[in-house]
Order: sequence, then C-alpha cells, then structure tokens
Amino acid sequence: MSETPAPAPAPAVRGRRWMLYAPLGLATAAGAGFLVMLRGLQTGDYNPRGVPSALLGRAPPDFSLPPLDASDLPGLSAADLRAPLPSPVVVNFWASWCVPCIVEHPQLMRLSRDGVPVFGINYKDRPADAAGFLTRYGNPFRRLGRDEPGRIAIDWGVYGVPETYLIDRQGLIRWRYAGPMTPEILDQDLRPLLRRYA
Amino acid sequence: MIPELGHFALALACIIAIVQSVLPVVGAARGDARWMATAAPLAVGMLLAMGAAFGSLLWAFAVNDTTVMNVVANSHSAKPLIYKLSGSWGNHEGSMVLWVLILALCGAAVAGFGRDLPTALKARVIGVLGWIAAGFLLFIIFTSNPFERVWPPPPDGQGLNPVLQDPGLAMHPPTLYVGYVGYAVTFAFAVAALLEGRVDAAWGRWVRPWALGAWCFLTVGITMGSWWAYYELGWGGYWFWDPVENASLLPWLAGTALLHSSIVVEKRDTLKVWSVLLAILAFTMSLLGTFLVRSGVLNSVHAFASDPGRGVFILALLMIYVAGALALFAWRAPRLAPTGIFAPISREGALVVNNLLICSIAAVVLAGTLWPLFADILTGAKISVGPPFFNAATAPLAIPLVVAMPIGAMMPWKRGDLWAALQRLWWAAASAMLIGFLCLALAGYPVWPALGMAMAAWLVMGAAADVADRIGLFRRPSQAWRRALGLPRAAWGAAIAHGALGISIAGIAGMGVATDTLVQLAAGQSTRLAGYEWRMDGLSDEIGANYRARRATVTVLRDGKVVTVLHPERRSFIVDNQTTSEAAIHTNAMRDLYAVLGEERDGAAVLRLHHNPFAPWIWFGGLAMALGGMLSLSDRRMRVAAPAPKGATVPA
Repeated sequence: MSETPAPAPAPAVRGRRWMLYAPLGLATAAGAGFLVMLRGLQTGDYNPRGVPSALLGRAPPDFSLPPLDASDLPGLSAADLRAPLPSPVVVNFWASWCVPCIVEHPQLMRLSRDGVPVFGINYKDRPADAAGFLTRYGNPFRRLGRDEPGRIAIDWGVYGVPETYLIDRQGLIRWRYAGPMTPEILDQDLRPLLRRYA
Repeated sequence: MIPELGHFALALACIIAIVQSVLPVVGAARGDARWMATAAPLAVGMLLAMGAAFGSLLWAFAVNDTTVMNVVANSHSAKPLIYKLSGSWGNHEGSMVLWVLILALCGAAVAGFGRDLPTALKARVIGVLGWIAAGFLLFIIFTSNPFERVWPPPPDGQGLNPVLQDPGLAMHPPTLYVGYVGYAVTFAFAVAALLEGRVDAAWGRWVRPWALGAWCFLTVGITMGSWWAYYELGWGGYWFWDPVENASLLPWLAGTALLHSSIVVEKRDTLKVWSVLLAILAFTMSLLGTFLVRSGVLNSVHAFASDPGRGVFILALLMIYVAGALALFAWRAPRLAPTGIFAPISREGALVVNNLLICSIAAVVLAGTLWPLFADILTGAKISVGPPFFNAATAPLAIPLVVAMPIGAMMPWKRGDLWAALQRLWWAAASAMLIGFLCLALAGYPVWPALGMAMAAWLVMGAAADVADRIGLFRRPSQAWRRALGLPRAAWGAAIAHGALGISIAGIAGMGVATDTLVQLAAGQSTRLAGYEWRMDGLSDEIGANYRARRATVTVLRDGKVVTVLHPERRSFIVDNQTTSEAAIHTNAMRDLYAVLGEERDGAAVLRLHHNPFAPWIWFGGLAMALGGMLSLSDRRMRVAAPAPKGATVPA
C-alpha cells in the first residue's frame, strides 16, 4: 500500500530479507485501517464529510426561543428535544438572507413531506424577512424558534447557516452537517441515520 | 430482454474468468501443454462475453430503457445521445463493467500479441488476469448489478449530474481506466514471474510495452481531467490535490518509475526485485484509487455514490490481490538475484536516482492523501492536508529529479562519465539560467515561477541536446539528417516525453504568475486586468438542449482594439434543477483569458476574470508526453521481441 523506499533498488538479498516483508506489513496495516473506516461509516463513528461537533453524543444545551409570530408555529426550547421523543428530530439553523439556505430548502421540504419532524432555528434574521421566506419557498418546520441575537447558535457551536443536526429519540445529538444539504447528503447520510435511530 | 442477456453475459464472463484463473495456472505448474493452451481461447471468450454485457448496457442507455434502475438513476430522454452513452460509464455499476471489459481486452491482447511469449509465462499471466477479472465480476454481480430492473417503470430518468455533461469528461474515465487496467497486466507479469521464480531481460522486454502503454493512457487521462477541472469547474485552477486526483497521480508515479526500471531489467538484467515490486505497487495504487473513490471513506467532488458494503467487498479484493502478491513477493523475491554489475555513474545509476526520487514523491503524495483518513481513526482529529503541504513537500524532490533528467538521458550504459555528459549539456544549462534570469529581472516574476521557467528550459533544451548529440548535429552536420531518420523511435519518444514535461512545467510556472480579479459590472462598465480592458456589454437569456442559461457578453480590448468577446454562462438544468457555470476561455497559446459569471446583484453581474499566462502549455505538454510514449511504443524493438542491440544481455 505504501511507497516506502524500504527495499533498496538492488537489495543485498541475504541478511535483509525482512525488508522484503515490509511492503506486505504496510499493506496489511493500511488494509486494517481501511476496514476500521468502513466499519465506522456504518456505525457513524467515521464520517469524512461532516465537521465533527463537540456535542456529538450529548444532549443539546439548554435554551428557550420565542416563536415567529407571523408563522403560527410554536417556538422551540430544549424541552422539545428531551427524551423520550417519538422519532428522531432534525434541527436546522437557517436565515432568509442566506443563499445556500435556498439551495437546501427543497431537501428540508422533502424531509417534512416524508413525515420527519424538522425544527427550525431562525438565525440573526428579521421576523418579516423570515416569514416572507417561508411564504415564498414553503414551510418545512413543525416548530420554529427565533434566535435573533445568535446566542443559541454559539452554544451549539454553529459554524454558519445553514447547519443541520440530527437528534435521536434519547435526545442526543447524533450528526451535524455544516453547509447546505444536497440531495446526495440527504440520501446518503441523513436518511440512513434516520432509519438507524428510528 | 436485452438487459437480461447482458446480465447473463456478465455471469458467463464470470464463469470463464474462474476457469481462466485455474486451468492455465495449474497447467503451467504441472507443465501440461494442453491445459496451458486453454489460456488464449478463454481470454478471447471472456472478451466476447464482456463485449456483449457492455453492449447491452449501452443499448439500455441509448433507448432510455426506464425499466433498468441504472438508466433511471443516471439518464434522461432529453439528454443528447452521446451523453446518454457516456452516462452508462458515468456511474458506479457501469464504470465497473467498463473496467472489466478493458481488462478482458488486455487479456485478449496478451493472448493475441503474445505469440512469442514462453507458453508457461503466457498461461500464468492470463491466469492472473483471470483472478482479477473473476474478483471484480463477482463484485459486480453480487453488489452492483447494472441491469437491475425497476417496476413499474418511471416515465423518465432522473438525469445525470450536469457537471458531467461534457465531451472531455465523457472520455476522461475510459482513458483513465485503460491506464489503470494496463497496470493489471504488468501486475500479472510480476506475479507470473514470481510464480515462475525467474525474471530476466526478456521479462523486462515484455513488461515494458504494457507499462508504457498504460502510462500513455494514464497521462492522457490525467491531462484531460486537469483540463476539465480548469474549464468546467470554473475555479481557474488546473490541479487541486484533491484525494481523487492524487489517486490517479499515484499509479502514474509508480508506473513512471516502473517504466524506467524495466529498461534497466531489459538492458542490464538487474533491478529485478525492485521492478517486480514496482509493478505490484503500480496496480496497488490503481486499486487503491478505485477503493477510495467507491467506498465513501473520503470526501471528494469525484466520489461515486457509495455504500460501505461495497467498500468492504472492494477492500477484500484489494487485500487478496495486493497482500497476496506482496506475500508471494516476500517469499520468492530472494530468488531473483541480480546478475548484472552496477556502477553508480551510469545510465542505470541515473535511472535508480530517477526511481528513488519518483517513489519519494509518490510516498509523499500517498502520505498526504491518506494521512487525514488515518489521523481521524487513530486520534479522532479532523485535519485536512491541502495544496501548501503537497507543493512544499514535492518541490524539493521534483527539482533534483528535473535537474537529473537530461543528465541521465545522456549517460551511457554500464559506465558513464558525468563530466562528459555535463559538457554536452552546457548550452542547455546556460539557456536555462538565462531564461530564469530574464524572468526574474525583466519580466518581474517571483522566485518560484522563474525557477520553474528555468527548469522548463533545462528540460526542453536538454532533450534537444540529447537528440542533437545522438544525430551528431554539431560533429557531422552533413550526416545529421540521415542519422536523425535512423534514430530509433524509442530515443525520439524519450526525448519528446522529457521535453514535454518541460513544456508542462512552463505552463505550471506561468500559472504561478496568473492574476485574477472579482468585479461587479453593470452593462457598459469595464475594468482592467493584466493590461487588458474587460468591458461588460450585457446579459441575455439562452435556451440550450436541456438547460436554460444566463449569458454575459464581455468584450476584451487591448489598446482599444477588440481581442475577443467572451460569453461566460450560468446554466440551469431543467431536470434536476442544478446550476453550473460555464467559464469562457480565449486562448492564443501563450495565455488564457478566462471569465466566469457569478451572481447578479442590483442589475450588475459579478464576474471573476483571470489572466493565465502559458496555461495551455500544461495540457499541451501532457499530451506531448503521451505522444512521446506512443512513439516509443511504436518502436519496432518494442513490438517484436527482437534482441535489443548493443549492451543487452542474452535472455537466460
């Protein structure tokens, strides 16, 4: 597997035979490493795409956010994310001023149509703009909290919007994706996890 | 019906491959001529079966048969026919079928062209190719059936990634696959030699054309990929050190080393253990690329849709072939004792230097590519190894390599004279220094691009000096022409390939002084970049075959005269609602003017404009390198196993 110059170009064969085993040893070690990665992909311990969150495997920090009045949706607080939950929950940080959020929006709508509870946290946004965004592109959220000062996003360690978290039925954060979810991310990463934690 | 026939053909090919992996090898071990003789017909039979399978797949895509899952997922009736067909290998399942088809083609070529091969060696080589084909066919049949049906059929397919709808990219994967699979043949030769316990000059002569052919295709494939990234991704770069790009570079580096070391095996009957190891490593790197791209262990724009189950299967195959071959290597390599003698200052000595440097570069690239993955599982740390590491780590190795190249090419076999070689290169060295100085002092280049230009000049002039020396241009000018015609094509090929690398390096150095700017221009406004005036004339809407486009008209002027009119576009594909940006490029062979259209804001368009001096040279050099390889491949001594002239040892 590796390109070590271990076996010298013209090896003095006797006495250095162990060097001939070096490539085999390296290849085996690398193979074992790849196996661990593949296992990790299945269990979610290893994810080459996601930026890891310090909160993985933990409950989200305590918070309580007011609703967006124009939307008729209930607000969001940490209590809504506490165990036991009937099914895993997707929490999405978004803003009306964020262009990637528009790119991501159809994926959230698909999740919502499939019956997955999607909770939104509207980040540093004006209420009128946020409501306009939902009227224009559709509303995928069951609950929506307004984080106008952006405090809660700091507690969660949000890099920027959009950012998406998966919370399992025990109320623990299982997955975080920074950036717009593409259809591929939705199908290859999020959906398998939703099935696993269902 | 046709998809079922295709599926059946795959199963048939798999059975043929299993028989092919047993009969000839057992026959060779027992010395049974009749069993060994089954190798060639089996190889041809497998080619026919794989041809039928791939033909069925192409047919399903051509008629847009929506009862086939693969077509639904990757095609659409609104796509032009060429992209329907290229869609058949633009996905995981289809590309695996193409991969095995090429492998079958190589097996049949060994059977067909290998008439002069010793029967036992040929039987073993075809047998080993059978092992590889059988493994990958089992993989296709059990985890990646391209003919999976879907019922009821959806009305139409779900399109193909619009970024992939491009003529360059339609041909990019097949070219790369021919390169990767070509190293399967050199791998088979290495394993066969280990089974036989013998590597001699004849072995080197047999491996070399395959190593060279695979190298040519890989060179073209990498060049095309780099060019595609340049004009399609719209970032204005040509190489991003993306893990998947590195995965294609690694077999290229190992193959380049093999190419040179097999010459030493052929001419001097030494470096045998090393060459066998390189042949194994070149194919290992090809398989590693396949694994990295398809298993989902890394994050890349190139990665296929992947599931870990497939990854485990590929990993198992990879470990069987690689670990098996390396175990065989560790066990049998001590038998391959060198017989030739070795002087450090000689062509073979220079080729060893070449091998060490190229392999060190490969080791650096490999380490940089895999380290983030392994750091993640070992320490849990997320790190990314980017261009700064690769540039800084490969440059100190690439510079001595480039410096040594013309000198090594000037060295005679057995015992060389370093001083004599340097004397014949003095004017190449002088012109390289002059060019470096001119770039630095007059053109105002920074140090690295100026050094790159000097290196480029050194390689081109060095190659010219080599040819001039061989044809006696200065010693006997009257006979030079006749001698030039008589010079073996392999010598021409080597000189062209070495010089072509210089051309590529000049292009890369030119990109080091490229300039770009991000501007927001309303219609009628203009900006200046690199001595050109770029005037935004307006935006318009265009309708394409299966997309809508927003198109900007940018007129580029120099001293008031129109140089060119660029039309960068942003395309929205109707089927899957994706957008791509089409860069507009104007080239005059010395520089590229490159424009990308971004978002529109307040009636003005955001434009990214680039001035890339010498950029086209990068790809021209790559193609010329492959051309040199092909020329060398067409040398008569390569095609038939004629005894090599002067200096060759008689095969044992």
